[in-house]
Amino acid sequence: MSEQTNKSSKINISVQVADFDQQYEYQALRQNHCSQGAIVTFVGLVRDNHLGKDVTGLFLEHFPGMTEKSLAEIARQAMARWPLGGVRIVHRIGQLALNDQIVFVGVSAAHRHAAFQGCEFIMDYLKTQAPFWKKEYSGDSATWVQAKDSDTQARQRWESKATIPQSELPE
Amino acid sequence: MKVLFFGQVRERLATQQISVTSPPQNILLLRQELAERGEVWFEVLHQRDLLVAVNQTLCDDKQEITSTDEVAFFPPVTGG
Repeated sequence: MSEQTNKSSKINISVQVADFDQQYEYQALRQNHCSQGAIVTFVGLVRDNHLGKDVTGLFLEHFPGMTEKSLAEIARQAMARWPLGGVRIVHRIGQLALNDQIVFVGVSAAHRHAAFQGCEFIMDYLKTQAPFWKKEYSGDSATWVQAKDSDTQARQRWESKATIPQSELPE
Repeated sequence: MKVLFFGQVRERLATQQISVTSPPQNILLLRQELAERGEVWFEVLHQRDLLVAVNQTLCDDKQEITSTDEVAFFPPVTGG
């Protein structure tokens, strides 16, 4: 198996209306990865307020096809940067209620630093590169969420940040 | 050529998809051409933060296009 094929088979992307099971995703990362000593997972939820405004629900629109393609590309970039065992990304679309799960990002690696950083890198890129758009409901009104400069800055810090060589990281 | 719109851009233009026969040479010229369709189109197509993708890859105004390409215009993304 070529390295490319091998790497891409470790990436699992799903864009779906249905809810996801965090335990299932975690177990999928755990399987067949005996050399991996760390798994970091992140779950994003629908919050009841945004910039001081009460939020009663969300609608998530996406660009079918490009969404999956851009998430896979972000995962590939993370795998090229850190020695990750596997990456799983699940992002929901459609109508979501308060406290609903929106996004799952899970990453496995031999050691925790690569796993922590890989997971954060994927979330920072996902928020600024993947074609999703949130519409926020507040009572009877609905408004499109505006992109935040702080999210762009969070992504940009990776552009200048060099990855610490594995040999210099504690285990 | 197929041109798609998403999010707030789709809503403001009240259009999800249009077909452009004999498209111009690049994205900048396409934006100028579409901007002539009306006041809202002018405003949206001149939005500074408007993003564009050709065949599902983000690109800029200099990107060359042909009639078989799929172009998409959309606002900055807000997923996650």
